[in-house]
Order: sequence, then C-alpha cells, then structure tokens
Amino acid sequence: MENEAGALSRVAGLFTARGYNIESLTVAPTDDPSLSRMTLVTRGTEEIIEQITKQLHKLVDVVKLQDMTDGAHIEREMMMVKVSVGDGKDREEMKRLSDIFRGNIIDVTDNIYTVELTGSADKIDAFVSAIPVPIIEVVRSGVIGITRGEVSLSL
Amino acid sequence: MELTGADIFVQCLKDEGVEYIFGYPGGAVLHIYDALYRQEQVKHIMVRHEQAATHAADGYARSTGKPGVVLVTSGPGATNAVTGIATAYMDSIPMVVITGQVPTSLIGNDAFQEVDSVGITRPCVKHNFLVKDVNDLADTMKKAFYIATTGRPGPVVVDIPKDVTALKTEYHYPRKVSMRSYNPVTKGHTGQVKRAIDMLMTAKRPMIYSGGGVVLDNAAAELTGFTRQLNFPITQTLMGLGAYPATDRQFLGMLGMHGTYEANLGMHNCDVLIAIGARFDDRVTGNVEKFCPTAKIIHIDVDPASISKNVKVDVPIVGSVGHVLKEMIKLLKADKRSPDEEALAEWWKQIEEWRALDCLKFDTSSKLIKPQAVIQSLYEVTGGDAFITSDVGQHQMWAAQYYKFDQPRRWINSGGLGTMGFGLPAAMGVQLAHPDATVACITGEGSIQMCIQELSTIRQYGLPIKVVSLNNGYLGMVRQWQEFFYDGRYAMSYMESLPDFVKLAESYGHIGIQVKDPADIEGALLEAMKQKDRAVFLDFVTDPEENVYPMIPAGAGQNEMILV
Repeated sequence: MENEAGALSRVAGLFTARGYNIESLTVAPTDDPSLSRMTLVTRGTEEIIEQITKQLHKLVDVVKLQDMTDGAHIEREMMMVKVSVGDGKDREEMKRLSDIFRGNIIDVTDNIYTVELTGSADKIDAFVSAIPVPIIEVVRSGVIGITRGEVSLSL
Repeated sequence: MELTGADIFVQCLKDEGVEYIFGYPGGAVLHIYDALYRQEQVKHIMVRHEQAATHAADGYARSTGKPGVVLVTSGPGATNAVTGIATAYMDSIPMVVITGQVPTSLIGNDAFQEVDSVGITRPCVKHNFLVKDVNDLADTMKKAFYIATTGRPGPVVVDIPKDVTALKTEYHYPRKVSMRSYNPVTKGHTGQVKRAIDMLMTAKRPMIYSGGGVVLDNAAAELTGFTRQLNFPITQTLMGLGAYPATDRQFLGMLGMHGTYEANLGMHNCDVLIAIGARFDDRVTGNVEKFCPTAKIIHIDVDPASISKNVKVDVPIVGSVGHVLKEMIKLLKADKRSPDEEALAEWWKQIEEWRALDCLKFDTSSKLIKPQAVIQSLYEVTGGDAFITSDVGQHQMWAAQYYKFDQPRRWINSGGLGTMGFGLPAAMGVQLAHPDATVACITGEGSIQMCIQELSTIRQYGLPIKVVSLNNGYLGMVRQWQEFFYDGRYAMSYMESLPDFVKLAESYGHIGIQVKDPADIEGALLEAMKQKDRAVFLDFVTDPEENVYPMIPAGAGQNEMILV
C-alpha cells in the first residue's frame, strides 16, 4: 500500500462496511519508505474471499495484493508473554518450556519472566496452552507472511 | 510566479476546463471565494443548502458526462454535502468535491466548524485527500479529476485546510497522472470475449440486460448496434434507461421490482443472459436464489468487484463496456455462425404474448388525475425530447415506466441511494449545462419539500425548470407498502399540513399552477412549456390511492409479480 495517512483506515473501514472479519492485521513500512506492507488474516468462503480481494484491490491506496494461501508460503507471528514465576520450580519449568519452543526469556525479575516467541500462530497457541504457571499478560503481533521461492509481492 | 493556494485551486479548475462550480461559502473557504471573485471564467452557482450543491453538480455530470464540481466549507458544509456525495457514489457519477478545513494547526483540536471530512466521507467516495502542503495542491487536484472520471467513475473529496489556501508556491499543473496503485482496465480479455460470442451463438431464449454503465461509458451507440445486430430482446435497469431507444420494438421496458411483465418474464425464462454495465442490484434480481434459473450469464463490467458479487456469472468480462461491445460487434460481423433463427422467432412470439398483456395500462376514465396520465402527457407535450430529473418514490417509477427515453443522459435520477430531494437541484445542474433544453423535474409533494429551498436558487439564476409535482397527499411509495404489507396501517405517511404550492412558487417569483381535473393536464403542461424564461411549478392533485404496478415484492422471484 501507499505509505500514506489514512490508508490503514480505508482497509479497516472496508471490512466493517462490508461486514467482513479481520482476525489479525499487521502493517509497517517496507525497504521502500513510500510503501507499507500489510498482512491481513481473514476467514470466509471462496466467494467471500474473492469479493474481499476485489474490494481491497479497488482501494486507490492498494498497490499490489496477493492471497498467500494460493500457494506455498511461510507465516510467522511474534508473541511476548509475561508469566508469574514465584518459586524455583516454576522458574525451572518455564525455562525448559521456553527452550523446547525456542523462545527467549527477555526480561527477568524476582517474580516475573517475560518470554519472547516467534512461530506460526499454531505454535504460539500450543506454547500458551502449555504454560504451567499463571499468565499475566500476552501480546501478539498478528501474522506476517511471505511466499516461498521465486514468487514475490515486490513491485 | 508564485500563487496562493486559493489561486492555484481556481487555476486548476480552469486547466480542467471546469465551467460551473456549485457551492456555498463559509469561513474555511473564504480565500477560495476571494480568488473566485477575482476571475470570470469559472462560474460559481450559489445554492441554498450544500446538499443541493452536490445534487446540482451531479445533475450537471449525469447530463453532460463531465465531472461535477462542488465547493463547500468545513464542518456543517461538509456534512451537509455527504448525502449528495453518497448519492453520486452509489450511481458512479464523476464528481470532485472540495471541502474547506480548519487551519492545519487547529486540526484535531475540535476547532470551530471542524469535522473529520476525510473520515466522514471515506465510505462513500471513490477516494479522498487531505492536502496539508500547498506544494501538493495542484498534483492532488489533477489526481482527483483523474480518479473521479476514469474506470468506474465516482466522487472524490479534496479537503483543504484554510492556511493551505493562503500559502504561496509556484504553480505547475501536471499534464498527466500516473499512479502505480490505480490503473483502471479498459480492454476486455480477448479469450473471454470470444467465449461470450460462442455462448451467444448457442442461445435459444437470449436476453440483454443493460444498466447505467452503458450511459456512463457513452456506449449507447455500441449497445444499440450490438442489440440490433443480434435481434435479441433487451431490458434496461432504472439507471440504464435511454441507452437503448425505448420506442424500439426490441426494447421490453425496464426490469426489476417495478419492471414490465415481459421484461421480468423474459429474464426469468431466458437461457443466455448478457449483463452489460449493470450490477445485479437487489431491486433488479429480487430473490437471487430464484434469479434467472435457467440462464448462463455473461457479465461485462469495468469494475471487477461488481462481477459475481450478488449473482455468480459464467463468463466474466472486465473492461469498459464501450470497448468490449465494439470488439463484440466486430467479431459478430466476422462470424459465420448465427443464433438459431427458428428458436429466436419462437422466443419473440412468446415475448409478444407477454407484451400483449399490456401491464402498464391504467384507468383512463377516472375523474381523478391518474399520475401515469400526467407522465404520458408530459412525454407527448415535450415530444420525448426533454431532460427529466426525478426525486424518489412512486413518481420516479411512473416516470421511468411512462416517459420513453430514446437517448442517454436524459433521465436523471437517484437510483442506488434513492435520495429524496435530488430532483430539483439536479435539474439546476442540467439546465445550466443545457440552457436551451426543456428540463422537467418529476417529483411528489413529499420529495420536493426536501430541497424546496432551491426554488430560490432557480430564481437567482433564471433557470426555467418545470416542476411536475404529482401531489397525492401521501408519501406514496411508503403508503403503497403499508397497504400491501402492513394491512393498511398508514403510519406517518399522511401529510396533513401541506403548503399551498402555487403560492409558495409565486413567493419565490415563479409561476404556480394547480391542476385537479384530468381534462386540464395537457393544457397546463402546454402552458408551462410556453414559459421559456420562467420556472413553473405544476401541482397535479392526483388519485391518492394509485399504486405502482407491476410489483415484485421484496424477496420474491422475477416471475412472481403483482399485476394490478
């Protein structure tokens, strides 16, 4: 998308106006600062996805659009989770679980671990449900994706 | 030389060849009004309400094909314009609306007459801009006109803060625009066009269903050539009327909720349907589950998102209808095949049987004025050669049914949004664009009151518009639905306190005529048409209980019409 004020609200507005769902949405400028890349996760029948694709394409700010699920692609999401780890046993458990999922403990206090984890949404879900200690706070980035191989969304 | 933002703005209008700008002044646009005052090329028409400015620009655009231009102030000026912007958006009318904005330093401060115009108009514009830097103004104006008039046309809003109109910079109006994110398609895919021709050749019971897209693309000649070449029956949507001559034998009348018997049954029973610049609106399809049950469907549209939106089609063709039809005509001429003539003759025989039912007949012996008779008489008195604007309701449907439009851009009405109050201001734009033409606004006593203040504007600019009001004392369409679907409980549709329209017209300096006797219809219309320099308000007191027939109730199939 053009990296312009209001571009994001056009997309968000389109979804509300036409009654589509947004499961997650991430947006940030690319290596070309005049362009932003948005990854949007939505759900619907084939017809609805086709309509969403066409309607998004119609927005003047949208430069190029790709349905990632049309082909092989990689999805990643990042999560940071703050957990309560009061005693040594909890700390041990949490450290081990984090290692198994290839997470990093990025902040530590007497009572708190903050773990950073990157992966598919499924992996993150699995990690969250496996956490053996009380969860204090979860923040997820939403999914970003990229196609495998030669196919590319660049201009 | 450096110019102020306000002068740059006016210069942009000149470079775009803008003739008229419709607007209403206010604090945020005073620099612009000052710049307009210091020149004579761009003529500003001052309305009495911003909604009317947008409708007038819209009428200008619909009747000429050129973009309508509107100038309003910030805050309430912008919000008042929204109805007209949404009206243009729903019917894909090219329009550029400039809204004043509070100075950039005050944006977001809840300043006096501040509103987020870009935010408020976002869902009802093709695109919009906020110009924060005077150096971007000329470029943005060029883009606004380009986006409004290309592809599927539509309104574009340009919001300009007051300080931007005061700052100075060098003026260069770009000759061309290129936008990497906006490249409308014109030419249809050749393979798809060929597939469509193959399908047309197999048709035994074909139908052509065309819409406003043909008018917008100035493709009436192509549509007519295509239809005649194939000898297929054609029906048109409310927005498409005039693109194919209504007096021609192949024309079956309008389709849809108040379409003719032959058009709707033709749709229901056809085996190949070609939709041209039409968008399968719910007022056309009725229940989509029951829509054209036996048809293979070809759809030509410039907007890919219109294709397979409501009804799944078999051969989609994305492209400008004019381009695609030209291509099809060429291919048809070169093609050695032709559709099954025997089957086509059989199909026409069936259609003529439906047509013989004469579904638009009405009681001509009544002592009360029948609204249909007024439209029929207006058609005869004007020789079918007038520009007709309308408001929304029963009178709109009667106008569409009984005024036979043989040319495009003559029938100006709010089809998509259904905006009451549209007709009179739209007529102003039409009359300004066509000063010597007969312009009549067909309205009702309900709709006319939604923008009646424009009688004053009409007086100011000496526009000889003929207002043909079908006064049945009810919000007629509402009354009709209440009669049919709410057991005659006429909640809020009876008007007990109507003004004396004759006196009202006279107080604005116009001629007012009330007509109560069916015998006086023609005489009154002839009298009105004689007034070449003055506006006339014709108040026809009509049968209060008349309904619009045929009617397909909402949710029913096209073969489930109520006839009388």
